[in-house]
Amino acid sequence: MPLLEVNDLVARFAVRGGDLTALRGISFSLDKGERLGLVGESGAGKSVAAFSILNLIARPGFIASGQILFEGKDLAAMSERELRKIRGNRIAMIFQDPMMTLNPVLTIGTQMVEALKAHRRISTRAARDIALTKLRKVQIPSPDKRLDQYPHELSGGMRQRVIIAIALLLDPEIIIADEPTTALDVTIQAEIMALLLELCEQDNVALMLITHDLGVVSQVTQRMLVMYSGRIIEQGPTREIINDAQHPYTQGLINALPQMGEPGERLFQIPGSMPSLKNVPTGCPFHPRCAFATDQCTRLMPEYVRSGNVDVACYEVSNLIEQEKRMQEVES
Amino acid sequence: MTSPSSTLVDIRGLEKKFDLSGGLLEQISFKGGRFHRKQEAVHAINGVDLQVQKGEALCVVGESGCGKSTVARTVMGLLSPSAGEIHYDGQRIDHLDGKEVLPYRRKMQMIFQNPYASLNPRMTIQQTLEEPIRFHQPDATESQIRDKVQDVMESVGIDPDWGSRFGHEFSGGQRQRIAIARALAVDPEFIVADEPISALDVSIQAQVLNLMMEAQESRNLTYLFITHDLAVVEHFGTRVAVMYLGRVCELADTRTLFSTPRHPYTQALLSAIPKLEDDRPNHIRLQGEVPTPVELPSGCVFHGRCPYADDRCRQQIPQLIATDGGAQVACHAVEEGRL
Amino acid sequence: MTTATLSRWDRFRESFLWYSFKRDKVAIASFIVLVSMVLAAIFAPLLAPADPYDLAQINIMNSELPPVGLDGSDPAFPLGTDAQGRDLLSTILYGTRVSLLIGFGAVVLQAALGILFGLLAGYLGGRVDSILMRIADVQLSFSTLMVAIIVGAVFKASFGNLMFGEIAIYMLIFIIGVSEWPQIARTVRASVLAEKKKEYVDAAKVMGFRTRRIMFRHILPNTLSPIFVIATVQIANAIISEAALSFLGLGMPETQPSLGSLIKSGFDYIQSGSWWITLIPGLVLVVLVLVINLLGDWLRDVMNPRLYKG
Repeated sequence: MPLLEVNDLVARFAVRGGDLTALRGISFSLDKGERLGLVGESGAGKSVAAFSILNLIARPGFIASGQILFEGKDLAAMSERELRKIRGNRIAMIFQDPMMTLNPVLTIGTQMVEALKAHRRISTRAARDIALTKLRKVQIPSPDKRLDQYPHELSGGMRQRVIIAIALLLDPEIIIADEPTTALDVTIQAEIMALLLELCEQDNVALMLITHDLGVVSQVTQRMLVMYSGRIIEQGPTREIINDAQHPYTQGLINALPQMGEPGERLFQIPGSMPSLKNVPTGCPFHPRCAFATDQCTRLMPEYVRSGNVDVACYEVSNLIEQEKRMQEVES
Repeated sequence: MTSPSSTLVDIRGLEKKFDLSGGLLEQISFKGGRFHRKQEAVHAINGVDLQVQKGEALCVVGESGCGKSTVARTVMGLLSPSAGEIHYDGQRIDHLDGKEVLPYRRKMQMIFQNPYASLNPRMTIQQTLEEPIRFHQPDATESQIRDKVQDVMESVGIDPDWGSRFGHEFSGGQRQRIAIARALAVDPEFIVADEPISALDVSIQAQVLNLMMEAQESRNLTYLFITHDLAVVEHFGTRVAVMYLGRVCELADTRTLFSTPRHPYTQALLSAIPKLEDDRPNHIRLQGEVPTPVELPSGCVFHGRCPYADDRCRQQIPQLIATDGGAQVACHAVEEGRL
Repeated sequence: MTTATLSRWDRFRESFLWYSFKRDKVAIASFIVLVSMVLAAIFAPLLAPADPYDLAQINIMNSELPPVGLDGSDPAFPLGTDAQGRDLLSTILYGTRVSLLIGFGAVVLQAALGILFGLLAGYLGGRVDSILMRIADVQLSFSTLMVAIIVGAVFKASFGNLMFGEIAIYMLIFIIGVSEWPQIARTVRASVLAEKKKEYVDAAKVMGFRTRRIMFRHILPNTLSPIFVIATVQIANAIISEAALSFLGLGMPETQPSLGSLIKSGFDYIQSGSWWITLIPGLVLVVLVLVINLLGDWLRDVMNPRLYKG
């Protein structure tokens, strides 16, 4: 049994003039110690997916249907009280903006001790000791001094380290990291990503990394999901997808990277932009931007087909697979 | 490589300080029984010399706080330099005011980072694009203005029929196209682009970069391109200047810089870009953090994080020196052949 | 984005403003009450049964008649009469007119001063900002009433009572307008400070536009929302200030009564049982101020940028 299993999750936003569907039935699983990348551009629904897992999706958003099974128990059906025992304790979250987690008027130490005491019956002294070891673990210089500092006294990179220390505080099974390094500089980003990877490997913690940066995904994760307009359009082993993407959108995303182009030449570009939730196209949501779109694509949402170890939702890919099969039959 | 006649924009010894200490009253503090007067300033740029050649795209790269945006804003006259000079086509422009500067406002334009803030929310696209044309060509007739607006909208790939819409009705990528159209509307020669694609999605970044390259070819534009994204630079730039704490630490042809980075900071920066072919992060680890630009380190600004720093680096400020590879590097270790 | 162009009216009908207005019963009710009061005040000469300014129509024999339904009432005077025998309904209609006129007039003056000084202080900053804002502080530390009492007394002494009656309305607009401008100036300054950091202002500077053009054409339209909200509330405040001044005898003379001076004139007769002369205009004043404030609250909620996105 996988550690976390999401089945056909649908999330909506209640707005004027009806509901907008942000997640249109996504399914994936996460094993113990596995590192999963969730890739997509803004508006794809990747952050909504992350927030939905802990039922943290903010109003007017809500989970409309689907299951989120954590060790076999459905988080979507759990009461707020039960959820609180899991949040921060069994599943920890790291946000893009450290100040979403850190309270600016409390010292780092106070906040860490508070988090520990909320889930465990221990003395303040013991909690402080645990906090100190976690700060050491994230390689913060002079950790004992940091405990008595306020968040604003730390630099951006240092703050994100503290956030990771807080996430590790209760030895969670899963860390969900939502764009943890987007606000940071490249050199700091590299340090934080390396640290996160190291810590997850050390303690066999599962990591769900939400990012728009394909480079980071390929460095850190083992499997990846590509999201487009509230759907997972491709999922499988990271290396396989990066090296040989199946879905035209994933291909376009990779080919549009400047590192893929010849210097001075035009970059590959996907025309148009991600549809807004208000007017999602019928059929495959990518079809207005897709070079391979046929009549079928404009009417029906493609089912997943397997190509190698990768699941893809695309008629073009399924047609190619069919063709290959037929060719093989003819040959044999 | 460069002849002086082809220099379009010449930045000489540029310095910019931002005063932090406020009025006289706020500067005075009472400590240990005595009054102290303390003046603090952010040293955003500390002596930058750069020449932008006609027709090239000079990229300025660096991390936040390195002063790259301040260079852009100072060149455009949005900030006045604390010291140094800016010359455009042989004419000093940083001390011009009022009417004298107007012709340069037409020749030099700027594209901004945030497409959500760079269009006036209360103006339609038509109004946004008409205003600069009307302002700089007071003799133009209404139909000439309308034609011109239609031309620039078409050239950036925005349907001219959408002119009566407001900025918020467009996506981020479309807004950035409109912002580019506004800059192009006055037929500039030189465009400063301050992180023009960093607020955009990956697939949209490619569209905007392509558009800027097209405009460069068809209009013979010169760019000063400010970015933190080295991958973009490799694709877009003719030459690259790497900045750290308000100083240029390396200046080279794009190809030279990416194949043989000389300055230790450039090397670290290059290694930190996450690449598709990597299976693990494999960056050069730097010690410590970027110092604040309020209290600049003595000597080489990078010495606190540099693995090759020695006593000379801690005391003497290195100058840009041409190396045999064609790059200009400000590093004592490179100069002495230690690196 | 399917239709190519939208008219102003279409835009309004699709706007969040119209949407939230349709859904807010309090806002709709307040709006209806306010509009009917404003219309009644504008068309007072047509609606009122009598002209309270016309001395020839007044008969002292009719004084202190109670409203219809009470003992000794006269059907010619549905809301009764005041101590001088004027029809109370007509007097209230004309009084509301005076009160609203002063309220709007004072706010127009406040807004003109406030916007100008707020824009200058916010955009130019530095010394201009310090000087203007210190003046505003000094101005705010005097209460409106105190300024009005001094100015009113000086006016009265120098022009005499008769002349004063004629200029009273302008004087009140001037006093209330001038003493309250810092409220608007501060609001404008705060939003100018936020706006001038945005890149569209830099883009305008890069184009070479002159300061005046950037201030009025680019920044001002983007600061209108908060000005609108505060101006609405300020109208209510101005009406109350005027009523308070009139009640103290420093506002509108009794020959040309506003709601405030009507309340005051009736106040002397409460003891003798003629409560309606005070109570009815009082109620009208309360309702008027209440609906304006309710509308102001609704506007503030709608235009709050943190609640309203996109």
